[in-house]
Amino acid sequence: MDHKEKVMNIFKKKKARAGKQEDAVSSVKPEISDRRAGETAGTDEAPAYSLDSVLEAPEESKSKGPDPKAQEIFTCTGCNSQHLIRDMRKVLFVCPECGKHHKISARRRMRYLVDPGTFRKLRVPVPMVNPLDYPEYEDKIKSLQDKTGMEEGVLAGVGELEGRKAVIVVMGSEFLMGSMGIAVGEKVTRAFEIAEKAKLPIIIFTASGGARMQEGILSLMQMAKTAAAVKRFSESGGLYIAVLTHPTTGGVSASFATLADITLAEPGALIGFAGPRVIEQTIGQKLPEGFQTAEYLETHGFVDEIVKRPDIRGELAKLLLLHDKKRRPTL
Amino acid sequence: MTIREIDERMIAIDEAMKSDHSEEESQALIKEYAELTTACENLSAHDKVFLARHRKRPKIDDYINALFDDFFIQRGDFLSKEDKSIFGGIARFHGIPVTVLGHRKGHNITESMEVNFGMPEPEGYRKALRMMKQAEKFGRPIITFIDTPGAYPGLEAEQHGQSNAIAANLAEMSALKTPIISIVTGEGSSGGALAIGVANRVYMLENAVYSVLSPEGFASILWKDSNRAAEACDLMKLTAQDLLRFGVIDGIIPEPAGGAHHDPDAVFKAIERMIIKEFNGFKRTSPADFARDRYEKFRNIDEKVRKEK
Repeated sequence: MDHKEKVMNIFKKKKARAGKQEDAVSSVKPEISDRRAGETAGTDEAPAYSLDSVLEAPEESKSKGPDPKAQEIFTCTGCNSQHLIRDMRKVLFVCPECGKHHKISARRRMRYLVDPGTFRKLRVPVPMVNPLDYPEYEDKIKSLQDKTGMEEGVLAGVGELEGRKAVIVVMGSEFLMGSMGIAVGEKVTRAFEIAEKAKLPIIIFTASGGARMQEGILSLMQMAKTAAAVKRFSESGGLYIAVLTHPTTGGVSASFATLADITLAEPGALIGFAGPRVIEQTIGQKLPEGFQTAEYLETHGFVDEIVKRPDIRGELAKLLLLHDKKRRPTL
Repeated sequence: MTIREIDERMIAIDEAMKSDHSEEESQALIKEYAELTTACENLSAHDKVFLARHRKRPKIDDYINALFDDFFIQRGDFLSKEDKSIFGGIARFHGIPVTVLGHRKGHNITESMEVNFGMPEPEGYRKALRMMKQAEKFGRPIITFIDTPGAYPGLEAEQHGQSNAIAANLAEMSALKTPIISIVTGEGSSGGALAIGVANRVYMLENAVYSVLSPEGFASILWKDSNRAAEACDLMKLTAQDLLRFGVIDGIIPEPAGGAHHDPDAVFKAIERMIIKEFNGFKRTSPADFARDRYEKFRNIDEKVRKEK
């Protein structure tokens, strides 16, 4: 084979390969919505680690009895328009008039997010501790547990998004402002550890006022603990997607919330370290319009994309597909 | 007598002792000093906050001058700014090259204003991280001195990514393959303190305090009233003794009666002894093990409190 022939052969091979890649690209799009049950995104093979030992059985969907709340009126705090709660549920509590994203509970968000029947909670027993002997703290936690149906400020488990499995953590601002004490810090850390062992991606929806004052210095230490967990997970090659929702501030924004590979945010969410009131007192002047919103962060380079609530599920499914290890080219 | 009155009198006697006195006068001063010292034996958390914030308390540059040789200052985050509230560089401790850094509060009002009262902005944390990464590269141990009212709550600080900068330090420090010792010398408040405090060994001076937020901030958040700071101090469990009991810190460095500023040399000596002891203990640890040990330490930082339950 002379030199010219060799070059021609290489050229042909390259062309063939390029053609194949083109095919692969064109075939990707419809697959986003394909349900491929049982397939785990981001893994080379089925995980050897047994998730069953750390997961609870899936929750039975409750039979729908009469729901008097559905007929109640919801007034949007953004534009004062009024809607039935029933209708607001259908639009995921995004105001149809002004687009304001209202707070939703962690449990409701999880229901919106995962494929029906796929969510299983992490079994992470965390004892209730009161290191400062803060007055009436235990009672407060108990009453919140009854009211919210959550054990603490965070709901964590494994679920599927369009057939792709992931560890999913949702913080609930309805539980003491989603503040991070020992229980929340421990659950978040365990979620990263389990994601690493099971070779699953992790998705976290943050909503928190910051460190939980009532647990003092131990709350501050959860920042170091969770940030270290992200670092370790990241070094193992795992994918971490954060979705910053209203509000994400203080010790949560200054630890695991801002350490993701991909950072999404909901429109209008307040995201920052110090609260606006504290900053105004410090600098002695009014803050500019829109300061510390998701849009402000995007402008200043700290958010990949702002995504409207109804689009988040699809965007997350796309990101899981983009990080599917099975689809990585072998170069 | 309040701690403020005791302290003022002790400082006056410190000064008076420097000049000559008759035997009788000296005896009287010594006797009074001893009485004041006794009064300092049972300080409240609020008293300790007063001492921890004392203007005359030794500051980062005093510690560096006293404990290290051949100090080379490093400046800037090499991205946009030099944040003077973080001070540090490369130096030698008993001949060993180390990276040393900490919050800078200033000795007087002019200096304090120049260094923003020791409240770092994102650029300060990024400078600290730059220095610490370099320390890892060259195998230098890292020593950090913590003394800050917290991260600076300012407009630009937010705009430039205060949260991201602190978070990055926490994550990166947890994995550095070199030993880190942190000493809380004054007040350690909030993420601003922790951002240079993810260490293999964490010590506090006897009258130092370390907390999730300043007592004023704590009272403001929980009771919407920053004037209730004194009450907050007693509730927050922020003294060195509290933190040792929680298992959050590894040891307490003794101070002279009435606080470090009455005899800084004694404090320098005590810190020096501690660092020598720790360095000796580090001798058989590999770089990767420092990272692993530090990770484990913070992974289980609440274990003691949880077990007590």
